[in-house]
Amino acid sequence: MTKKIKNLNLNFGPQHPAAHGVLRLILELDGEVVEKADPHIGLLHRGTEKLIENKTYMQAVPYFDRLDYVAPMNQEHAFALAIERILEIDVPIRAQYIRVMFCEIGRILSHILNVTTQALDVGALTPSLWGFEERETLMTFYERASGSRLHANYFRAGGVHQDLPAGLERDIGKFCETFPKIINDLENLLTDNRIFKQRNVDIGIVTKEDALDYSFSGVMIRGSGIPWDLRKSQPYDCYEQLEFKIPVGKNGDCYDRYLCRIEEMKESVSIIKQCLTKMEKGPIKTFDGKISPPSKTEIKQSMEALIHHFKLFTEGYRVPKDEIYTAVEAPKGEFGVYLISDGSSKPYKCKIRAPGFSHLQSMDYLIKGHMLADVPAVLGSLDIVFGEVDR
Amino acid sequence: MKNLVDLEKKINSELTTKIKNTLIKHNQIYVEIDKEDLVDVVLFIKTNQDIKFRQLIDVTVVDYPEKVQRFKIIYLFLSHEFNQRMILSYFINEKEVISSLTSVFPSANWMEREVFDMYGVNFKDHPDLRRILTDYGFEGHPLRKDFPLTGHSEVRYSEEKKKVINEPVKLEQNYRNFDYESPWEGTKYLKEITESNDKKN
Repeated sequence: MTKKIKNLNLNFGPQHPAAHGVLRLILELDGEVVEKADPHIGLLHRGTEKLIENKTYMQAVPYFDRLDYVAPMNQEHAFALAIERILEIDVPIRAQYIRVMFCEIGRILSHILNVTTQALDVGALTPSLWGFEERETLMTFYERASGSRLHANYFRAGGVHQDLPAGLERDIGKFCETFPKIINDLENLLTDNRIFKQRNVDIGIVTKEDALDYSFSGVMIRGSGIPWDLRKSQPYDCYEQLEFKIPVGKNGDCYDRYLCRIEEMKESVSIIKQCLTKMEKGPIKTFDGKISPPSKTEIKQSMEALIHHFKLFTEGYRVPKDEIYTAVEAPKGEFGVYLISDGSSKPYKCKIRAPGFSHLQSMDYLIKGHMLADVPAVLGSLDIVFGEVDR
Repeated sequence: MKNLVDLEKKINSELTTKIKNTLIKHNQIYVEIDKEDLVDVVLFIKTNQDIKFRQLIDVTVVDYPEKVQRFKIIYLFLSHEFNQRMILSYFINEKEVISSLTSVFPSANWMEREVFDMYGVNFKDHPDLRRILTDYGFEGHPLRKDFPLTGHSEVRYSEEKKKVINEPVKLEQNYRNFDYESPWEGTKYLKEITESNDKKN
């Protein structure tokens, strides 16, 4: 007698610690082998793009912090660059270094979170305990510069909101001395760890061709051996003046992506150090009074400055009619903003291109034929944050 | 092709009638085409050895409710080899159905689903055209300009029915869109006075 065996449908998430947020993954299982994966997203959809259309350019910046909330300033950077390119304004060199430095801090923040939680997903608890302590230190740097640990709202078109407070540069410098040791500790725990390797090596392999076809970017494309990094290929702000290497993987599996992230953290530390040595005192935002508000002292003394301040924070600045796509190398990949301005002080449309969206889309392709236990490993290596996927 | 001007010439000479307009701006090439030629043009720019736009970055729509051809469909491409970006666009009516790019780029799948969800643009030959970002059973297309910012319905847990229910939005105060824009461009006389003072000195 033959028995007919039906495939089993399994609901993974949206409340599952390894779903990295609110992913609902519907898996079709044949025994323990995944036949099909259908991610349901949108559980964290907040209509960011619609909201931005109804806010002035300056009011739209905080929405970008809430996209990829583990590396907020990298997102703000893309938006600030888009406005700057339309308005054709120059950013003072100190502001450029400050922005790049905080973007690299954001990259470390994101990579620590990803590497350690991926380890957690495959059964290693200690890395996350060690890593999160460092994240806390980095977030205090965010707080000292911008006033908040996560939702910074620090970058502006034409520079940054405020200069760094006294002593912050010194403390970031100190962190750069101690942090490489922590990376080494993490590597000691994971890189040659037998269990970690068994769970990650040769899992979720992406070929070069497929990495292009599936619109991968960032570590996902570099892990597959394509040396592509927007910081090098389409440099923005002061990245041209900095020296850093682009780590590239060989096999395109989860393990290579992990190695890339570890190496990128080391490079980021070196970039931060270079920024600190090259940074000189100077202005931190553009002098164009039509874009950046006057200083508090000026407001106290001049009626004109007061009016200007008031107009800037109610009406906002106007951006001439144009459309532009700008992208930055966010920790997770190419984060882009497609901005359409119509000459008013609010964007006509602001499309946000989140790297995680196309990465998660390939879940079905990546996981087909793998075991159920590989789902968290692959998901972890995709580096998904739902703030940006759902927008 | 490394040079954008060469690329523009190449596209214009190879695709001739299929290209309506090209423009180089912000180090990117903006190309306008006809709706019918989409798949042909995309196949060409993907496979041609001198162009090689191997990656589809994003698909999006802009809504211009006052125009007859209401939606502008935009495709963003990236060529890793030549380090270039292309922005492809065309206009369609509200009811028109456009062809899907999923056969050329598998990643177009979700991007087109998002466009369908947010703007209600329909695709033919799309393998799986469902809503993606909005809630199950959502009505309307949120990113259209005539969709209100506050939406139509809100969700809450009903203690009586012991379940989550949908209700029409009730606001104590409606969303107000202030018109701050004034034709006032700042003063000029102050600048003139300071300039004339400078000259005197």
